Amino acid sequence: MAHLTPTPVLEPAQDRTMILNMGPQHPSTHGVLRVLLEIDGENIVRLMPDIGYLHTGIEKTCEAKFYQQVVPLTDRIDYLCPLTNNLCYVLAVEKLLGLEIPPKAQWLRVLLNELTRINSHLVWLGTHALDIGAMTVFLYCFREREEILKIFEMVSGQRMMTSYFRVGGIALEPPLGFFDRVRDFAGYFPEKVDEYEDLLTGNPIWMMRTKGVARITAEDAVALGATGPTLRGSGVDIDLRRDMPYSSYEKFQFKVPVSQEGDVFARYICRVQELRESIGIVRQALDGMPEGPIKADAPGVVLPDREKMKTQMESLIYHFKIITEGFAVPAGEVYQAVESPRGEMGYYIVSDGTAKPYRVHMRSACFANLQTLSKMCEGKLIADVVAAIGSIDIVLGEIDR
Amino acid sequence: MPLPSPITDLEELKNHPAIARLQGWNPRAIESVKFDRDEMTLILDRSAIREACALLKEDPACPFDFLSDVTCVDWYPAEPRFEVVYHLLSIPNKERVRLKVRLNSSSPAVDSITAVWPGANYFEREVYDLFGVRFNGHPHLRRILMPEDWEGHPLRKDYPVEGYR
Repeated sequence: MAHLTPTPVLEPAQDRTMILNMGPQHPSTHGVLRVLLEIDGENIVRLMPDIGYLHTGIEKTCEAKFYQQVVPLTDRIDYLCPLTNNLCYVLAVEKLLGLEIPPKAQWLRVLLNELTRINSHLVWLGTHALDIGAMTVFLYCFREREEILKIFEMVSGQRMMTSYFRVGGIALEPPLGFFDRVRDFAGYFPEKVDEYEDLLTGNPIWMMRTKGVARITAEDAVALGATGPTLRGSGVDIDLRRDMPYSSYEKFQFKVPVSQEGDVFARYICRVQELRESIGIVRQALDGMPEGPIKADAPGVVLPDREKMKTQMESLIYHFKIITEGFAVPAGEVYQAVESPRGEMGYYIVSDGTAKPYRVHMRSACFANLQTLSKMCEGKLIADVVAAIGSIDIVLGEIDR
Repeated sequence: MPLPSPITDLEELKNHPAIARLQGWNPRAIESVKFDRDEMTLILDRSAIREACALLKEDPACPFDFLSDVTCVDWYPAEPRFEVVYHLLSIPNKERVRLKVRLNSSSPAVDSITAVWPGANYFEREVYDLFGVRFNGHPHLRRILMPEDWEGHPLRKDYPVEGYR
């Protein structure tokens, strides 16, 4: 294993500098990220992230599965926003198939995706604050996150690996009491965001640790492929939900928070504002939830209802065929991108006309965002690396796939 | 809902900003085009990719200023075997375009576009690591996800899903 060999991939360039190894097991690296730092005293001369510790070859595995069997794999990529990955994958396959999705399924997808965004941002906020030394926020955030995980469990049976969306719709009708529970949560959550902000936004220690730290300009962020709050924190106003809408996001009203400073504080403010916008979208989805079916009318692709299988021969045959031989997808290729909590999550799927995808590629937002880390930290202090890593909100599972 | 059939006629699509720009620069740069499922794909000559990217990035009418993704598809055993796929996004115009170059299995190499977008660095390293496609002019072409001493390129189609045991 070359990763474990003592030879550093980074050699000190000058006599007065030394190489410092940070990670892969370090509390602030959010998984297993190894960062090599060339330092001159406390100043960073060069910084090089070393990734791949969580590489599991998901893209290769996908090629050996039927289209519907890939859905649970997409959860495992980014364990903080499984539903966003589910959504991006099923949208891509639906685009390949040319399927029309009923409005109720689309709205439910939006509702759950915004809850996922809140869930992901809460973990980010809690751990980011913990890295910089604010312990309480972590406990507060995980209190609300627990309620979201319970909502996920209620609707899908799983707290984290939800796999709730299907090609052509969603797996099941949400259970009784689901909407009331979400409405309860949407009712009290904005107060909780105020609580987090009371602890951090005006806090002089927080401001000193984050303002002016790990700055990146808009040009650099665009050139390095950064997306999501990392890009919007530098003043580039793009959000795929608003600008290239999918799953009927065009029917929702929300603001896209943008900050100009490009520092850790700017990215923090963007994400905290997104928490408020997301809960607004959840409320709109609850109020305007359309009635109707939750699955597309595509018998060869979508599993039939359990009841119909017991009474109709045709449904039974379709069910048997989908389970045993999958469904063939017309040859072609699509790139579908969604706005994940971390930025542009994209699935590039190539079909050769069979029931298994020929190629599935995941464009991971963190993978590109991580490239900005060197730019943010070089020439700055070691202590700020931790703040910078937290501020780009990385999930190593998604980077390494 | 039946899928509309793809458009592959260059004449019909020549008003697309990316095609118009590249046709004006070098008529032989575009080998073929395809407009399918609302997505535009241009297959480019492999020697044109770097300049084509630079031109599209600076296009005044519709700047494709953001590189979303670089990846690769292996069509083993067909030749040309590898297709390197670039996804560009225009932030001002909210428009996407997909560029492709085709490479033979004998010398799978293409010019790196890190000079145009430094963000291509990781993506090209990933393609090199998992497909063994080389990028000429890349500043730091090393494996990125697999261990340094790994043998073979796992996403190639002749590499077994379970790996070699």
